[in-house]
Amino acid sequence: MEGKFTDNLGRIYGLYTGGFIGFIILMAIFEQMGMGAATIGILFVAFTIVIYACIGWLSRTMEVSAYYVAGREVPTVYNGMATAADWMSGASFVALAGGIYFGGYSYLAFIVGWTGGYVLVNSLMAPYLRKFGCYTVPDFIGTRYGGNAARLCAVIVLVVASFTYVTAQINASGTIAARALQIPFEVGVYIGLLGILLCSMLGGMRAVTWTQVAQYIVLIIAYLIPVIWMSNTQGFGIIPHFSYGDAVARIQELEPALQLGAAAVDKPPFGGVKILSVPHFDPQGGMQSWSFATLAICMMMGTASLPHILMRYFTTPSVRDARRSVAYSLFFIFLLYFTAPALATLTKLQLLDPTLATSIIGKSIAEVQALPWVQNWSAVKMLWLNDGNGDGILQLNEFFMRADIVVLATPEIAGLPYVISGLVAAGGMAAAMSTADGLLLAIANALSHDLYYKIIDPKAETKTRLVVARVLLVVIGGLGAYIASMKLTGILGAVAWAFDFAMSGLFFPLVLGIWWKRANKSGAIAGMVLGFLAGTWYLYQVYFNGMTPWMGIDHLRFGIIGASVSLVSMVVVSLLTEEPDAETQAMVDATRDPSGEEVLSATH
Amino acid sequence: MDGETKQRHWARTRSLTFKVLAVWFIFSIIVPWNAKALMGISFLGFPLGYYFPVQGSLIIFVALIFYQNYQQDKIDDDAGV
Repeated sequence: MEGKFTDNLGRIYGLYTGGFIGFIILMAIFEQMGMGAATIGILFVAFTIVIYACIGWLSRTMEVSAYYVAGREVPTVYNGMATAADWMSGASFVALAGGIYFGGYSYLAFIVGWTGGYVLVNSLMAPYLRKFGCYTVPDFIGTRYGGNAARLCAVIVLVVASFTYVTAQINASGTIAARALQIPFEVGVYIGLLGILLCSMLGGMRAVTWTQVAQYIVLIIAYLIPVIWMSNTQGFGIIPHFSYGDAVARIQELEPALQLGAAAVDKPPFGGVKILSVPHFDPQGGMQSWSFATLAICMMMGTASLPHILMRYFTTPSVRDARRSVAYSLFFIFLLYFTAPALATLTKLQLLDPTLATSIIGKSIAEVQALPWVQNWSAVKMLWLNDGNGDGILQLNEFFMRADIVVLATPEIAGLPYVISGLVAAGGMAAAMSTADGLLLAIANALSHDLYYKIIDPKAETKTRLVVARVLLVVIGGLGAYIASMKLTGILGAVAWAFDFAMSGLFFPLVLGIWWKRANKSGAIAGMVLGFLAGTWYLYQVYFNGMTPWMGIDHLRFGIIGASVSLVSMVVVSLLTEEPDAETQAMVDATRDPSGEEVLSATH
Repeated sequence: MDGETKQRHWARTRSLTFKVLAVWFIFSIIVPWNAKALMGISFLGFPLGYYFPVQGSLIIFVALIFYQNYQQDKIDDDAGV
């Protein structure tokens, strides 16, 4: 192929996508020829990880600008795909549809929050940070407000928020690797980490960008194919997204007859599984509306302050391209997010509706227990059913399952070939790995660029800087895997916390740094420190100390407290102290002006 | 950009941003807040209160960002940048 790599992206990724579809077809043929389900699962996960590792190896670099911002030459559409993979974590892929299945109206705040946040990214942040020309988010804070103290505060908030998040991702990649490769979870975590590091260590942001594009292609194919296939075989329409309104109505009609909301009779012998007890969609207004709004606000403001997302927009060639790539990012994310509710609805209907062949509620217990998918998932403790009232019939409150099953088991429930389950495993792996990569890189870059190079040793040579960056990447990844292997956190709790931490400490210092010239160093430091401490204190009180939440602001929403304190303290302290000097004000003007040189020089 | 063009460019950018954020607020907060009231209305076979948080608001966010970029490009072009 002639010309630079970036000139041939269309052909390269076209070939790659074709190759991946060819691989799926090949696996389907092998399945027909009698290859076992386990082997197919192993081949899917192993094959895709090897491809990502190859991309990581081919993108290796020793240039600072390529390592930190992919040489600022990523075209908008590809940056959109990379951001979408960076964004959609193992939780989005595996747990989102399950959350909708169990959570009803309240849970949809995540869907709205995790898409609406991009409007804030585009309006308030991305184009301006791109113009600024920083390598990392603390780089902006440190330069805009001046001084090492502000920079250090930003580094600390970034590390806490991102580390909370990355542990959950390594946990997810470990779970999937363990199941697909049939190894113990504790080993799976390190196998997952190895794959993650192979993608990022040698080429930094450049390698992560090109593997994330590849991972997006795998994860979106893996999410859409099962839903569309299932919809077609079960007669829910060719493209279910536009036609599942009837399914929603049918579920609402069935819910009273199935005695939804009746408490469980038994207690399952293992944790994590639950019965369906919340109506599919039955908003009550009042306090429930307030809970919806506060959760959506936390997720949106968190989105706009998470460094691993913001730094993706540092990699585009220009300010306009940064904006355009936000639009593409949201479009690519949207493709998955508007599929998840369709998946949750159709899977629920298949289990509940007695007129469908796949239904289990209302059937005899013995019959349901004989189903292969029920046996498979019971064996791995993700499903449990017991005839609590002894009538021999399975009731809604006798059927326990884990939320993750909705995505993972749908192909089996709908009777699709096993090749689809292998594909779903590869997709979940891609989602978890790509997010973990972005997060690890955000942490390691902040520590190597902002802490080591800018604060500790400003005279460090390029080579030393890049070696330090890589050592940090391995150390932090190892630490994350170690904590994940101890299984301390459930996936979604920790993910929401990362958003709350980020919005508590970073949202207002970033936004006001661009939108309010009067914001100064003391104000920013007060905003970061007090906001972060207030949020953390509130989380501790509510989650660990048994305090009753104020106005329903529970541990998933502690960012509301943190960000409010951050805003007030930043404005008050800024106004009480001196106005920023003329040079800083000129810098803010230059940030708002899309033309001209970047504020920070290209090699800083 | 000279001083006057710069000021005008920023004023227009700011006003566009506020408009976009107003639309964003309606579809991320106000509409889901009132989901109960919208349940009686049917849209494409969905109850409207359900349609927005699962699809409608999302489509509007995507369109909104593309629209904002189109308008911002025009503002930038007029300022000659």
